Amino acid sequence: MLDLVWLIPALPLAGFVFLLVAGRRLGEPLAGWVATLACGGAFVASCIVFAGLVAEDHQHREHVVTLFEWLPAGGFSVDIGLLADPLSITMALFVTGIGTLIHLYSIGYMHGDPGFSRFFTYLNLFVFSMLMLVLGDNLLVTFLGWEGVGACSYFLVSFWFSKDANASAGKKAFITNRIGDWGFMVAMFLTFAAMGTLTYAGDDGILARAGELAPATATGIALLLFVGACGKSAQLPLFVWLPDAMAGPTPVSALIHAATMVTSGVYVMTRVNPIVAEAFTWAPDVIAWVGVATALFAATIALAQNDIKKVLAYSTVSQLGYMFLAVGTGAYVAAIFHMVTHAFFKALLFLGSGSVIHGMHDEQDMRRMGALRKAMPITAATFIVGWLAIAGVPPFAGFWSKDEILLYAYDASPALWALGLLTALLTAFYMARQVFLVFFGEPRWNQPITDLESASPDDAADAHSHIEPHESPWQMTVPLVVLAGLAIVGGGLNLPFTGDLHFLGRWLEPVLMGNEAHIDVATGTKVALAVIAIVAAVGGIVLAAAVYLKHRIKPIEPDVMAKGWYYDSSIAAFMDGPGRAGFQATADFDRTVVDGAVNGVAGLVRGGGRGMRVLQSGYVRSYALGIGIGVVALLAYFLTRVTL
Amino acid sequence: MILAAAEVTPAWYLVLGSLIFTIGAVGLLIRRNPLVMFMCVELMLNAVTLSFVTFSRMLDDVHGQTVVVFVLVVAAAEVVIGLGIIVALLRRNPTATADDLTVLKG
Repeated sequence: MLDLVWLIPALPLAGFVFLLVAGRRLGEPLAGWVATLACGGAFVASCIVFAGLVAEDHQHREHVVTLFEWLPAGGFSVDIGLLADPLSITMALFVTGIGTLIHLYSIGYMHGDPGFSRFFTYLNLFVFSMLMLVLGDNLLVTFLGWEGVGACSYFLVSFWFSKDANASAGKKAFITNRIGDWGFMVAMFLTFAAMGTLTYAGDDGILARAGELAPATATGIALLLFVGACGKSAQLPLFVWLPDAMAGPTPVSALIHAATMVTSGVYVMTRVNPIVAEAFTWAPDVIAWVGVATALFAATIALAQNDIKKVLAYSTVSQLGYMFLAVGTGAYVAAIFHMVTHAFFKALLFLGSGSVIHGMHDEQDMRRMGALRKAMPITAATFIVGWLAIAGVPPFAGFWSKDEILLYAYDASPALWALGLLTALLTAFYMARQVFLVFFGEPRWNQPITDLESASPDDAADAHSHIEPHESPWQMTVPLVVLAGLAIVGGGLNLPFTGDLHFLGRWLEPVLMGNEAHIDVATGTKVALAVIAIVAAVGGIVLAAAVYLKHRIKPIEPDVMAKGWYYDSSIAAFMDGPGRAGFQATADFDRTVVDGAVNGVAGLVRGGGRGMRVLQSGYVRSYALGIGIGVVALLAYFLTRVTL
Repeated sequence: MILAAAEVTPAWYLVLGSLIFTIGAVGLLIRRNPLVMFMCVELMLNAVTLSFVTFSRMLDDVHGQTVVVFVLVVAAAEVVIGLGIIVALLRRNPTATADDLTVLKG
């Protein structure tokens, strides 16, 4: 059964190729069903491989299928190989599972779009790339998938490319990711230089031999990979692209920019955990602190956003920060656990917001929503489940995974825990704000936003047109219901009560090679931490209710937070001012010095040739004379040398 | 007798060779008729051949004569090509000189 692992990426690839050739002819909705089927097939294949892995002995759940030799270059050789082990199959399961739901949802969401089949072509290509990323058995195949998902992200963010903002959001995502990719590539070079191979598994693989690495080399590799992860997973300082990436269609935001692609940084860091373990002890601390800083920073920005998707985007950045906090504190299981539960509830929230946007006729401003729970009961109910899950209210999935991360953070450093807890409170607050603004309160669908300084004449004109929200079609609500179910029970993957209930922990154990942090916290403390987390979550919700539902407290939404601490605009200003001057100087340097040197050499040769051409008169006599003079000169030279 | 007194030594051959070589070189430089220039080249070649044979005998080394055989073969081949070019040139213009070949320069 394990040999079937090649089917997992092959099916979406087949779907992609088929849609590329015949997608336009299939049209709507057939193209969407083909894509959904391809992704669903990959999910079934993942389930089969999963069953095969479960049947294996606990410590031998590792199976490599080498498809062909990709790059033979002397002693260096890279295979296209797939690695089926607990980590990669966990990833494959939720990528294909959630992917299938989002494909199905997209059939409803993209209804009537002229680019319908193009959308599903990209979506299948994305699923294929993502699966290559997680299933690849060496760093280079992972990088292939890494770049593939980056390209798909670019295609899909700027899917409606005729609008300038969408096109530049795509470019921003792509270019910001290049910085991360640089880190990934240099990490690969370093790994190869140090170990001579890029393969993960086996006795010759980089994971088994990580112990050979000098601490400095391991630190370099780990931190450079973390740079890559920062780019892909939108951590400080490279998170700026993710909020802008919301310009893409909402299913894309759910699939790529919330559930799967942005978690690939966490996946890679978990994959190379033996290398991280060999690094200096401060290297994981860097990861943890960057993670918690991102979590807090993004949460504060999310407090003051008015765009329904922007809130979720910053929330995603924040939750990814949690995952890196977990990676940095050695809580790899918690990181993967949170990744999976986050995939459930964040995909749910994004799809729910898409349903709202769909029902509100492309209105994204939360100030013009309100009381939508009556118009969209299914969307509202599922969105509320997602909200309770992300806010960390038990027994929803988010509570268990977040609590585990906070537990490990507490063991590593109380400061990390305190910041994480504060973020949890803020998360509960801004998500509650979103739910109250969208689904509760007074209907404000047709009210003009008078106090909105950014209201353009277009918006004002829009406001007078009558909007009647409606519930979305079944293709959209079915995924919502399924994901809501998963967001409720997802915590069951890894319950903390007894060792027996640590399913995910035991499942991932062989992959982590004993590098999972061992915490030594008394049960009483654990319970106390959990209670504090619950209090924080409920406190955040109550506070939000007081502000946005009862209007007892005036909302505090400082401009500085709404503008994202001016982080993005500072970068833009810097790049436009000194940055542009720098680039201009570089370009000038290139044009004058580098090009000058090249052109100068060419000019010198040409001028020399022109000068020498005079000598070639065509008169045989003058050639003969030249030869004669030469002979005489040579003779004279040698003869005088002999006599002297 | 003068002839008896003047015994032929290898130096004579060398002097003769250098004389022929000089005649050939000067002819090559001052004449314009391609055929004559060609003959001058042949003169120079044969002057060198003569020196080879002389040295071969002086040093009692057969290698010099071996070289001569090679030179003869190469010269024969060269004559074929050279004469071919000259005949082609003179056919186009019977009064052509070597300087007219400057039209061939790039």
